[in-house]
Amino acid sequence: MDINIFQYEFILKGLLGALFASITAGLAGTYIVTRRMVFLSGGITHASFGGIGIGYFAGFNPVVGAAIFGVLSALGVEYLSVRHKIREDSAIGILWAFGMAIGIIFIYLTPGYSPDLMSYLFGSILTVTYADIIALGIMSIILISYFTIFYRTILYISYDETFARTYSPYVNIFKYITTSLVALTIVLNIRMAGVILVLSLLTIPPNIAMIFTRVYSRIIIYSMAAGFAGTATGYAISYFAGIPAGATIIFTLVVIWGIAKLFKQILYKKGLILND
Amino acid sequence: MNYLFEMNGISMAYDNIFALKDVYFKVSENDYIGVIGPNGGGKTTLLKIILGLIKPVSGKIIFNKSLKNGSGIGYLPQLSTGDITYPVSVTDVILSGMMISKKIISKMSLSDRKRAEEVIDELGLREIAKASLNELSGGQLQKVFLGRAIIGNPSLLLLDEPGNFVDSNFEIEFYDKLKDLNKRMAILMVSHDIGMISAHVRSFACVNKGLHYHPSSEITNEQLAAYGCPIKLITHGDVPHTVLKTHS
Repeated sequence: MDINIFQYEFILKGLLGALFASITAGLAGTYIVTRRMVFLSGGITHASFGGIGIGYFAGFNPVVGAAIFGVLSALGVEYLSVRHKIREDSAIGILWAFGMAIGIIFIYLTPGYSPDLMSYLFGSILTVTYADIIALGIMSIILISYFTIFYRTILYISYDETFARTYSPYVNIFKYITTSLVALTIVLNIRMAGVILVLSLLTIPPNIAMIFTRVYSRIIIYSMAAGFAGTATGYAISYFAGIPAGATIIFTLVVIWGIAKLFKQILYKKGLILND
Repeated sequence: MNYLFEMNGISMAYDNIFALKDVYFKVSENDYIGVIGPNGGGKTTLLKIILGLIKPVSGKIIFNKSLKNGSGIGYLPQLSTGDITYPVSVTDVILSGMMISKKIISKMSLSDRKRAEEVIDELGLREIAKASLNELSGGQLQKVFLGRAIIGNPSLLLLDEPGNFVDSNFEIEFYDKLKDLNKRMAILMVSHDIGMISAHVRSFACVNKGLHYHPSSEITNEQLAAYGCPIKLITHGDVPHTVLKTHS
């Protein structure tokens, strides 16, 4: 089979995108899943859509707008939860809808047709630029360094925040930094999977990993592997079947999760492992 | 005897309601004090002020140098803090007690790991060292948290309601361990069950907004009433070492 330049570019972008998406989502995803921040992350994701809308309207890169909205809403919710001034889940719910509303209003106000709007909602490898891939690559390096250097600090603060406060005055700073990095990870992956589906890219792989291990560092590694398998396979299927990439990736990941669960169950039934 | 910390006129209020009012309290090396009082009387607030988690609205707390440099305070919180479904092993949780002398830079050295192994053996946790928390019983969990509190060799150990989850076998073992630890550190133990802890502590601090120090482990209902500490004293019949006085 001849590979033309278009196919070559698609394969290269797809593989690099899948690699960096699974690295960033594996690290940030393990953090949010074990800290039970999935709902908060959903809020951040949808709030960032407001930034996309303003980006369109004002004529700057929508990803930059999304990053600003994502990080600010992440910091806002963490700040409110530290202060105990408001019900956290309500705050997230308001933020979630408000971000989407702003996004829709500004896109509506923008004259002309927005061709890649759908790609922000559902994700598309065709509109992913090399700049997007490079940004994800840089984010991978930042996250790997951060989690390597501060591994135990992050682990212990997430596990028992109250106890961590007794020895460290920096608990809040770490929470703010880590949540901001999570927000940036989500925003950069929106190009890959879309606003509606990106969160699953972060939450399904750690849940696959936790079927096999209870060790934090291994959850991260297994998540990356599961994420890469699901993302790369999903892209390939989406390309050949001509269906949206984001949806195909998520579908593939859920299938992997189901197979892993079943596999574990069979091993357990056969008495090959002790706990299920 | 050297003091570890001294509270001078400490008051704490939430939303203009006093949780603690004008508290004077001094804890010395090797003290073993039971902190008692009704729910909402300010026991947990007292612990939080000692731990530096909250700042009092007025008054001063002066720490001895030994509490300030490194080893500091060992803390065993109520079991409700922390997420027991979190993916951490027993060894990891115990190691986290070493963070007290680390702050940010969090690499664990070989000597930290050796110290963790010592604590694991000392508390008889060898068999479950690699287990995750959700596989443990309440008593085992309590011992793991005790391990986390003492791994840094603190000079003061704070325990918040440790009796709650300890079954009778664990209870005997747990209090024996505390007696042993008391030879090298002062212990401050919050409990609502005076009957249970009076066999172990050497003195009481009754906390109900104010604090009354009672320099003996013998305490009567009349004294509790006089201290403004409305809690019921339940005598435990024939339990050995019970030193409660009954009404005459």
